[in-house]
Amino acid sequence: MAQLKISKIIVTLLMGLLSLVFLSPLLWMLSAASKIEKDVMKFPVQWIPTDWNLINNFQTVWYGKVPFGHYYMNSIKIALITTALTLVFSSMAGFSFAKMKFRYKNIVFFMLLTFFMIPAESTLVPRYVLIKWLGLYNTHAALIVMTAFSIPLTFLMRQFMLGINQEFIEAGKIDGAGLFRIYWQIVLPMAKPILATAGILKFMWSWNDYQNPLIFLVDSKLYTVPLGIQSFQGMYSTSYAAIMMAAVSAILPLLLVFIILQKQVIKGIAVGGVKG
Amino acid sequence: MQGNSQSRISLPKSESLKKKYWTGSRKETLLGWLFIAPETIGIVVLGAFPLLFSLYLSFTDWDLVSGLKGINYVGFDNYIQLFQESKFYITLKNNLLYTAATVPLSIIIALVIAVVIHSVLYFKGYFKVVFFIPYIATTVAVAAVFSVLFHPSQGVINNLLMSFGIMDPPKWLGSTDFALWSIIIIAVWQVIGYNVVIYLAGLTAIPDDLYEAAEIDGANKWKQFTRITVPMLGTTTFFLTITSVINSFKVFDLVAFLTGGGPRNATNVLVYYLYEEGFQKFRMGYAATLSWVLFIVIGIITLLTVRMQRNQY
Repeated sequence: MAQLKISKIIVTLLMGLLSLVFLSPLLWMLSAASKIEKDVMKFPVQWIPTDWNLINNFQTVWYGKVPFGHYYMNSIKIALITTALTLVFSSMAGFSFAKMKFRYKNIVFFMLLTFFMIPAESTLVPRYVLIKWLGLYNTHAALIVMTAFSIPLTFLMRQFMLGINQEFIEAGKIDGAGLFRIYWQIVLPMAKPILATAGILKFMWSWNDYQNPLIFLVDSKLYTVPLGIQSFQGMYSTSYAAIMMAAVSAILPLLLVFIILQKQVIKGIAVGGVKG
Repeated sequence: MQGNSQSRISLPKSESLKKKYWTGSRKETLLGWLFIAPETIGIVVLGAFPLLFSLYLSFTDWDLVSGLKGINYVGFDNYIQLFQESKFYITLKNNLLYTAATVPLSIIIALVIAVVIHSVLYFKGYFKVVFFIPYIATTVAVAAVFSVLFHPSQGVINNLLMSFGIMDPPKWLGSTDFALWSIIIIAVWQVIGYNVVIYLAGLTAIPDDLYEAAEIDGANKWKQFTRITVPMLGTTTFFLTITSVINSFKVFDLVAFLTGGGPRNATNVLVYYLYEEGFQKFRMGYAATLSWVLFIVIGIITLLTVRMQRNQY
């Protein structure tokens, strides 16, 4: 038994080492973001900076020539609105598919299942035409409209709501509540965990989205964080410390949210296998 | 509302319908449709309809600049041109190499990590989180980090290689031979955590007594791994394979941000080629053709994978 424990400890230590190697690109990013420029490329790597330059780098990114703070607000705005809309649409549809009885429901569900296989990349060209025609080209509304609908999150909602006992809904009906009130006052509060999961995932996808902003935004005032990093790299191509600070700024908020709410995120991924 | 459930079964048709048209079940039908309407309309308008529209566009020579009047029907010209274009075969070949490398690598490494985390370790929660972090990190930010790490003369990676005695390390993103591999390395690194989480969920579903029985029969750890763990994770592996293959054909962000398809098309892939034709040269008809080729390639691969799976069991 004692021997078994020792081998377990050794494996844990080895795995811990491996996990550090695995994370080393991000650790390197953190350390480079807090250094002076000439130390960034030094080898062997100074993991702990000798000359701290954190505040200066921060100022270059946030108060320099590129309005990074503005891009940040754009990203937050788009991600929040998209997430809210997705949660409303997917939970409504999920509730209907799981708990309501009406004809042709299964046909519509099967249809969505089929449409799920359409890669978003295959519809880029016609979506571009459609968005231009609607007069939404080069607006945040274009990004919101295009990404507010999510088939995998609808499936995730339906799956969760199938697990809600039908008696809660029947009890609501007996008390005279309409189906909308049942959805709003009984089902949604019970679905809080899955709403949290879906919300975080959607926020993450929206925040990290590069392709849609790249194609649908031209005005640099409208840029989101990924496009901001791109223009930042264009302007400060050799200031590696500053570029790393920009990367940290993009990654860190999501990382903190994830670390706080990791159980929800991981559960959502594991149960639904959803992928953006 | 009280007689809700009965009303669906037996209502004398003539009288009660006049009195009360909105019976419980009618209401439920209407609300049911209303509840699925926003999502379904959104998906149809932004997914299914565009797919058909791009099929139409693929038979035209539309170039956007000439406006809607400039749409001319050209039959299969775009398709013929596409299959004669050497660039199309280059992107297809690059894409296939990317798939052939990223899918097995990300799945096998993730399987090993997941099994180790599941069976031997303390601090399971910590390891789960650590390996997952790259997956949630913004791809563009990650790409910016790697572009510095891969720097040919001063980057950490080449400095490390040189300190191991490799005097002429690759130029990574700048070299036609290694650029695609650089992107493959970043992509695998980013997706492993996702696969680990899926595998861990699959591992918890394997009953412990299988291993206990194997232990009694004297099977060693390796045998347990190959004879119990791997087969029991069959459906998980299948799911991961399909989703990874499909996603590998959608690779775009890393290519667009890091190399722009270069050097000399060494990293050009289907979606990036589509982006170049459609949104840099504005050849919408041709880009629509590429969209459909992409759609069909993904469709065929999905069907093939499903069939292979069926033959196996």
